[in-house]
Amino acid sequence: MNVMTETAAAAKTIPLSMRGPAPVQAVVGYGFWLFLLSDIIIFSALFAAYAVLSGETDGGPSGAALFDKTHVFYETACLLASSVTCGFATLAVQQRSMLTAFPWMTATLVLGAVFLCLERAEFAHMLATGNGPARSAFLSAFFTLVGAHGLHVAVGLFWLVIMVLQIATLGLRPMVRRRFFCFSLFWHALDIVWIGVFTIVYLGAR
Amino acid sequence: MLGKLTWAAIPFDQPIVMGTVAVIGLVGVVILGLVTVKGWWAYLWGEWITSVDHKRIGVMYVLLALVMLVRGFADAIMMRSQLALAAGGAQGYLPPEHYDQIFSAHGTIMIFFVAMPFVVGLMNFVVPLQLGVRDVAFPVLNNVSFWLTAAGVLLVNVSLFVGEFARTGWLAYPPLSEIAYSPGVGVDYYLWSLQISGIGTLLSGINLTTTILKLRAPGMGYMRMPIFCWTALASNLLIVAAFPVMTATFAMLLLDRYCGFHFFTNDAGGNPMMYVNLIWIWGHPEVYILILPAFGVFSEVVASFSGKPLFGYRSMVMATMAICVLSFLVWLHHFFTMGAGADVNAFFGIMTMIIAVPTGVKVFNWLFTLYGGRIRFAVPMYWTLGFMVTFVIGGMTGVLMAIPPADFVLHNSLFLIAHFHNTAIGGVLFGAMAGYNYWFPKAFGFKLDERLGKASFWCWFIGFYLAFMPLYALGLMGATRRMQHYPDIHWQPLMLVALSGAVLILFGIGLTVAQLAVSIRTRERRRDLTGDPWNGRTLEWSTSSPPPAWNFARVPLVESTDAYWASKQHKHEQLGEVPSVPVVLPRNTPIGIFLAFFAVVLGFALIWHIWWMALAGLAGCLVVGLFHAWRTDTETVVSAEQVAAIHGASAAGEAAV
Repeated sequence: MNVMTETAAAAKTIPLSMRGPAPVQAVVGYGFWLFLLSDIIIFSALFAAYAVLSGETDGGPSGAALFDKTHVFYETACLLASSVTCGFATLAVQQRSMLTAFPWMTATLVLGAVFLCLERAEFAHMLATGNGPARSAFLSAFFTLVGAHGLHVAVGLFWLVIMVLQIATLGLRPMVRRRFFCFSLFWHALDIVWIGVFTIVYLGAR
Repeated sequence: MLGKLTWAAIPFDQPIVMGTVAVIGLVGVVILGLVTVKGWWAYLWGEWITSVDHKRIGVMYVLLALVMLVRGFADAIMMRSQLALAAGGAQGYLPPEHYDQIFSAHGTIMIFFVAMPFVVGLMNFVVPLQLGVRDVAFPVLNNVSFWLTAAGVLLVNVSLFVGEFARTGWLAYPPLSEIAYSPGVGVDYYLWSLQISGIGTLLSGINLTTTILKLRAPGMGYMRMPIFCWTALASNLLIVAAFPVMTATFAMLLLDRYCGFHFFTNDAGGNPMMYVNLIWIWGHPEVYILILPAFGVFSEVVASFSGKPLFGYRSMVMATMAICVLSFLVWLHHFFTMGAGADVNAFFGIMTMIIAVPTGVKVFNWLFTLYGGRIRFAVPMYWTLGFMVTFVIGGMTGVLMAIPPADFVLHNSLFLIAHFHNTAIGGVLFGAMAGYNYWFPKAFGFKLDERLGKASFWCWFIGFYLAFMPLYALGLMGATRRMQHYPDIHWQPLMLVALSGAVLILFGIGLTVAQLAVSIRTRERRRDLTGDPWNGRTLEWSTSSPPPAWNFARVPLVESTDAYWASKQHKHEQLGEVPSVPVVLPRNTPIGIFLAFFAVVLGFALIWHIWWMALAGLAGCLVVGLFHAWRTDTETVVSAEQVAAIHGASAAGEAAV
């Protein structure tokens, strides 16, 4: 114990940038952060396109006429709640407790699935009333931006199922824990994107 | 069953295309036959195709780039010979619909499948060695990146034989690239091959950025990194920040083409100029993604062959990072004629001129590094000096076009073509060739032939001036880009001079191939046993050539910039004895080539609207990914005895020298 603290103290005098290669966990987390950053840039391009095209309704309905804010409120509630349950699952995985992790993962799965169902219902209603993405440039941009987020959520749910299977078959070995950590980063990032969608697309609808 | 694909897709009636395909097929059969007869498949599969070693992957990238350089150049010399003929009433030998595909393919291939793989390959090979580490951050991902790039290359080349390529220019501006005006598969080939290879590039960018920021030898703080690593960092940061914009933009165009969306259409509120803005928000940083690593190569070469530390290391770092940031603030200068208004154009014009300042800082740093140095004129130095002269001219014409009123005259003229070839050839290609000649001995343990290397340089150098200086003049005389013929016969003499330049460059390429072939044949007497053939300054020269899979038996301790030079001054005391410890290495894996295979299936199916096949391709990618996710035996251990034996052998070789 004494030796440990001494080496730690010696290491502290060396600047962080000079301490040599970082541990695997840090490298994986960092790389995945960069990936998320690039993903958020994809969204920013879609947001930019939406901003340019949001007024181009071509005589069709505008956002204010189409969006049901109560519906969107339920969607948002589901997604934000799923971030909380995902956070608890992450804590459980860090404490190597499969028994606690599985219920929280299931809850995340259910909330994410409900979100997708709600979004699907919204899209289906718009398509049924003839207001699909081919109707106007505004609706093209809307379906692409919100749909891209929905696609990410779907991919996230698939990943979560894979993580359940990985934990069940491989146990909570470091590799699996790292992957779950990346999943949780991904899931929270989707929440951040949704906050943008919620604010700019739905609350900002004119 | 096969979507839009019928026998009519194969251009049996076009002798030029069929002849090219026959030659490619013949060469392919000869190579595959040779590999089979010699029994090289197991070696190729085990040591190269499935390799996760950053050095091997880097070499494969460069090889891919050199092969595609020949393809892209074939397009170039066809264009030059067409324009040498098609004066006055003459139509030349290439009909417009074919000529349009050629210039589109030329630009696409040269940027995405020559310059990018060359630069990414050099960074892959060199960066971990210069940082003093064993591999990149994610070795398996590195293999996947390479094979996704190769998948894009394959799709582009398939378009030669099955169907057609885009006739829209290398950036496929809408509304021309929309389904209404380009109903064929050409634009789809363009989009899907770039989407697939773009993902590869993005992953490679994430990988190298993480490597540089998180994996450096102990003691290597940021201000001790070799300058090439700094430029690689800037370049890869730009990849991470810019390539997603390209992916998103192409996705929008794909939605327009496949699902009737209205992002960039003329009708229903679509906005074609939004595409032009978005694509250049990727496209201008892309220019710097390519040129910054080339600047890094020149910095390393000029320091090594002057026997001096790089002049103004700190200012070089600052200039690099300044360019990295500024490159995102100039995209609109590609379309001043859009009509954004005087104030917007003025802003982007000024920003463009400001970018010349850090670039100028770099040029002066190189000059001052040469000043008072003990200069050795080896081949990499030829390319570097050739670059310094040529690139400055390209930079000046760039600043000229940054003035919006001047740009209104020069926009889309051959003056512009001359300008960007001036920077792309004089900057990126010269840098790639300098790096290729400089690091080749590190990769293979023997030097390339000097005489042929210099001959190749002179052909490229003089050929470049002959080919592109006339285009500046022609541009000022009013010749536009992308024209298949022209009425004014007074342009023809200059067009002929340009063709002679292209022929000289052809000799340059031939001499590069000859240099490689001759050097391989006479490799025994070119061997470099020291691992340090140029009296280098950075850590890659401290290990044997070629380096073992683990690069360094003992991770070096860095105490200053030019770490290896410093250690040589202290008679290697910091390198010390090789400790006998086992090395853990990632296992090779075929995931990259399998993923790329299914990506090609997916891309091809989407291009031809063969939906069942697209599903199969997607499912294939998924299965490969899942199979990989359950792989637990991912590492292999090289025993301490093996490590010691290999290092002992190379040390003995060095001692013998």
